[in-house]
Amino acid sequence: MAVQDTIGTVAEVERAPPAAPAGAGSIRAARRLPVQKDWPIWALIATQIGILIGAIAFWEIGARAGWIDAFFWSQPSAIFGTLTIFFTTGDAWTDIGFTFRSTIFGFLLGTTAGSLFGLSFWWSRNYAAIVQPYIICFESIPKLALAPLVILVFGIGLSSKVAIATALTLVVSTLTTYAGVKALDPDGERLFYSLGATRMQVFRKLVVPFCLPWVISVLRVNIGLALTGAIVGEFIASQHGLGRAILYAGQTYDIALVWVAVLVLSTLAVIMYATVSWLESVLRKGVRQ
Amino acid sequence: MPISAPKLHVDDVSMSFATPNGAFQALAPITLSIATGRFVSLIGPSGCGKSTIFNIIAGLLEPTGGRVLIEGADATGTIGRVGYMLQKDLLLPWRTVLDNAILGMEIQGIPLRQARERALPLLQRYGLSGFEYLYPSSLSGGMRQRAALLRTLLFDTDLILLDEPFGALDAQTKLQMQEWLMQLWGDFGKTVLFVTHDVEEAIYLSDEVHVMATRPGCIIETIPVTLPRPRARTAALGPEFLAIKERCLKLLNVTPAASDSMNKAA
Repeated sequence: MAVQDTIGTVAEVERAPPAAPAGAGSIRAARRLPVQKDWPIWALIATQIGILIGAIAFWEIGARAGWIDAFFWSQPSAIFGTLTIFFTTGDAWTDIGFTFRSTIFGFLLGTTAGSLFGLSFWWSRNYAAIVQPYIICFESIPKLALAPLVILVFGIGLSSKVAIATALTLVVSTLTTYAGVKALDPDGERLFYSLGATRMQVFRKLVVPFCLPWVISVLRVNIGLALTGAIVGEFIASQHGLGRAILYAGQTYDIALVWVAVLVLSTLAVIMYATVSWLESVLRKGVRQ
Repeated sequence: MPISAPKLHVDDVSMSFATPNGAFQALAPITLSIATGRFVSLIGPSGCGKSTIFNIIAGLLEPTGGRVLIEGADATGTIGRVGYMLQKDLLLPWRTVLDNAILGMEIQGIPLRQARERALPLLQRYGLSGFEYLYPSSLSGGMRQRAALLRTLLFDTDLILLDEPFGALDAQTKLQMQEWLMQLWGDFGKTVLFVTHDVEEAIYLSDEVHVMATRPGCIIETIPVTLPRPRARTAALGPEFLAIKERCLKLLNVTPAASDSMNKAA
């Protein structure tokens, strides 16, 4: 790429000098439009991989040469060793499965309940007006601060993690769906009623399809929130999960294991995020947004 | 009631709204009778209560006084008795043109397949051929209005209310849509109540033009249009047409409160 880049630059330099003024009296320099040349995709990817390898190599060499304190920062070779052990003799799959399940259950529960709750406000303006201040209060509470309480109530098993993940996603879905309900064009309702529709028909054929884009738009946000909720729950009290693995490793100065768990957690997050993004785009096409 | 009862009889209907500054009289008591199969227009300045009348006839608004009789039966405050097309086309973006057109039938509980089978030939005959399975977002303004109007017609009521259906269209499209509407009206034999700002449009389409004034909304004159049908476009240049037009414009301008909004429309 370096060679290519140089060639590109040279070519630009050759073109760069402004053409000699055509008219004798012209003072203004003719300047070319600056053009940014796009690298081919393989060059971009190769550079990205190169940077990664460079950083890892620097870390490893630094740790061996003593510039980086391997006790606090660990080093890539040790991390790789721990990673192998984590997956072969360790609890990798149990922990991943635990965190994954808490996240997915919390995500599904919070998103579904929140969306239904948001849609329910369409049915009665009085009910919406009464409930709304409570929702806003609940939204402004830092829900993670309630996590110790949730652990006490739900125990240290899966249900407490699901509860925290649900609490985080529920409000977001509720408020976003309610925003959709409020954006509904009253003329659309009048059209339905002029056709003799019942309230249930208006709800099913107008309100729900109209609000679906709002429901879908929070899916990606919610999967991230659900994962955060699950991890925090595991930090506080748990017997399994990647969050517990990180906490445990930190407390026992097993820094390599901290890195391994974080790495696995990030991979899990990326996979879930990508899946939900894909789901979102499929659903978006389905509802013609 | 005898068979000779008019299709629609608006009997002494009035409407006032409560506002912070006291009651606001939107409609003075209005009486209006429309015989079966007629095409009748309401014209008037903005805010004269045309849309309020429509909402009352469609049962979406309870009048503060008077009754709405459809074929002699009291229909005040009952919905689903008339086809109502609002100013906006209000096509549902997640439904195809065909599925938008059958909305009324679907709400009335007609099975989807049967409704589609009925709607399809009509869409094809009335200028939406090739658009049946497209979504509204890919249609032009005129096409969207056609779809919305067919939805209203397919609702299968004898009386339809059209609230400025061509108000947002460009002049060329508007003329085409007027011809198209005449064709539909001739084929379906519906009774139409039509609201417009456009005097020429009202005269060209109607059997009868009701001119309204504002504050409170009321009908100040009813002008029959006896021009033979089918009407050629050039009819708009004939002496009878021009006389009616002059009369309408005079009526719309002569009311002092109306003059400012008429200037805007002009």
